[in-house]
Amino acid sequence: MLERGEIANSWRHERWDSLRLLTPNWLNRLPGHSYQGPDPDGYLTMGEVVEFIEHFAVASAAPVRTGTNVESLRRDGDGYLVSTSRGDLRCRAVVLASGACNVPTVPAISAGVPTSVAQLTPFDYRGPDHVAEGGVLVVGASATGVQLAAELQRAGRQVILAAGEHVRMPRVYRGRDVLWWMDASGVWDQRYDEVDDLTRARRLPSPQLVGTPERSTLDLNALTGLGVELVGRLAAVRDGSALFSGGLRNVCSLADLKMRRLLAGFDEWARTTGRDAEVGPPEEFAPTTVAASTRLRLDLRGGDVGTIVWATGFRPDYRWLDVPVVDEKGRLRHEGGVLDSPGLYALGLPLLRRRRSTFISGVEDDARAVVDHLAKHLPASAG
Amino acid sequence: MSGVDNGVNVQALLDAREVLKGAPEAAQFVWRATSKWEKGVHSTTTIQKYFGLGQEQSHKTRAEFSADHPEVFAAEDNGITPIEYLLVGLASCLTAGVASVAQNRGIQLRSVSSTVEGSHDIRGILGADSDVRNGFNDIKVTFNIDADASKEDIQALVAQSQKRSAVFDALTNPTDVTVEVA
Ligand SMILES: Cc1cc2nc3c(=O)[nH]c(=O)nc-3n(C[C@H](O)[C@H](O)[C@H](O)COP(=O)(O)OP(=O)(O)OC[C@H]3O[C@@H](n4cnc5c(N)ncnc54)[C@H](O)[C@@H]3O)c2cc1C
Repeated sequence: MLERGEIANSWRHERWDSLRLLTPNWLNRLPGHSYQGPDPDGYLTMGEVVEFIEHFAVASAAPVRTGTNVESLRRDGDGYLVSTSRGDLRCRAVVLASGACNVPTVPAISAGVPTSVAQLTPFDYRGPDHVAEGGVLVVGASATGVQLAAELQRAGRQVILAAGEHVRMPRVYRGRDVLWWMDASGVWDQRYDEVDDLTRARRLPSPQLVGTPERSTLDLNALTGLGVELVGRLAAVRDGSALFSGGLRNVCSLADLKMRRLLAGFDEWARTTGRDAEVGPPEEFAPTTVAASTRLRLDLRGGDVGTIVWATGFRPDYRWLDVPVVDEKGRLRHEGGVLDSPGLYALGLPLLRRRRSTFISGVEDDARAVVDHLAKHLPASAG
Repeated sequence: MSGVDNGVNVQALLDAREVLKGAPEAAQFVWRATSKWEKGVHSTTTIQKYFGLGQEQSHKTRAEFSADHPEVFAAEDNGITPIEYLLVGLASCLTAGVASVAQNRGIQLRSVSSTVEGSHDIRGILGADSDVRNGFNDIKVTFNIDADASKEDIQALVAQSQKRSAVFDALTNPTDVTVEVA
């Protein structure tokens, strides 16, 4: 196992200070390794995640070579040549587990932002104290965006949050973590070859969830309650002004409808599997409140906003990969983790084989399936 | 889903989507209108040819649209005002979307009607108050839909039709517009 940094590198170096996992402790299962502490319903801090993964590395005796950057991977005979910062390696099979979130995605329109406004990605952001004076425009209302917007607003910054399509969820539904429902009802077991529009499902933004000791919901209504101003998707930056879509109401209706459909599915599952007595009564959530008129334009030179935070998602970085398995959008082409190059595999991508694949607990089943395939490949390629 | 017929050939659209995924050049369309000044604020705009699927295309017939201002603006009212054409575009686009999405989701429609209202403070175009914008302040669309579906499914239809609407997008998001003198 080659790792350019340290074990649990992304959790050490690519996350902000206050971040906790949004998956509850009991759910972060790794093969033969699960949370044993006193708070199974809680959410790990970054320090605790690092510890959890370090323990797993020791328990599984993983042969990790840290500080070894893979600089290129190319086909070589019936195997691969891996060039690393510590020399070359030849191998018959390779599993790409280099992560799905190596670089924050920043839209091209950022180039038009006046230089007087600071721009941060989630990799640059540590906490409100490190953000320049003044208001903050947070672009993107998925897990990262809603969490940073809430933290900055609570720290006394006026936050404007630009929201496009998003995934709304209550933290707790009928007394259980919403991810308990995802797990138990089988939503997370849905396979990649059962999903209607796989491309779309793989690009689905993360849910508006945060892990806090209070297990509170962090949807757009909660943010409005904190004083955050909601605006539509950031569509353009023109002549020093940010221009927002007038379609906020519809993206909120879509998110409300999808949430209601999801929760109705949970209710149906609880009813038909006779689990109604285990959980609380069905709950309803108020539709997202959108102001009668939302701001369509923000003068970035006017001084209201000192910083823009781009919470516009992450993408993988395959610049080191010299095998033609990357599509025109920079994503790996694969069939459930099997790439179109013999002996080459991937793990740790959104919906790789199941909805669960996007999360820490998804890797167990995925690794088993991919390793099965790999094990069959090895004898075939021997000699 | 069988038996549902809203008159939309959804299969053809789904097939086109698959084909165009691999042929982005063919998906590049240019819609064209040519306009001619008549007299006063009256003009006639003609539409027939457009470009798409890699070649010049033509509508079956040439369509002509008169635009003018109403008598309360001291004009002859030879046609609707230009900004009302935006309402025509929005209503027809959303309605087409409702029909297509319904077909795709297996929902039989019996009737679909809508009212589109654009609020407009004309002090903007008259230059009476520089803080007032020229265009609509807001637009409200109200759909009345009779279909074999729950209220929730109908709301989802309407939401999805907005999500995939060209005119909704063109009105809610800024677009680069260049105007030149040839
Ligand atoms: C902000 C954020 C919050 C998240 N929160 C949660 C959560 O609460 N719960 C959850 O289940 N999931 C969460 N996820 C998803 C989570 O990242 C995945 O579930 C899982 O951790 C992915 O693990 P991984 O090992 O595949 O990828 P990573 O953790 O990204 O690890 C990939 C490793 O590969 C190394 N690497 C990359 N390129 C090279 C190279 N060329 N040479 C050598 N080494 C290389 C990197 O240094 C890194 O250590 C979150 C993701 C993000 C971005």
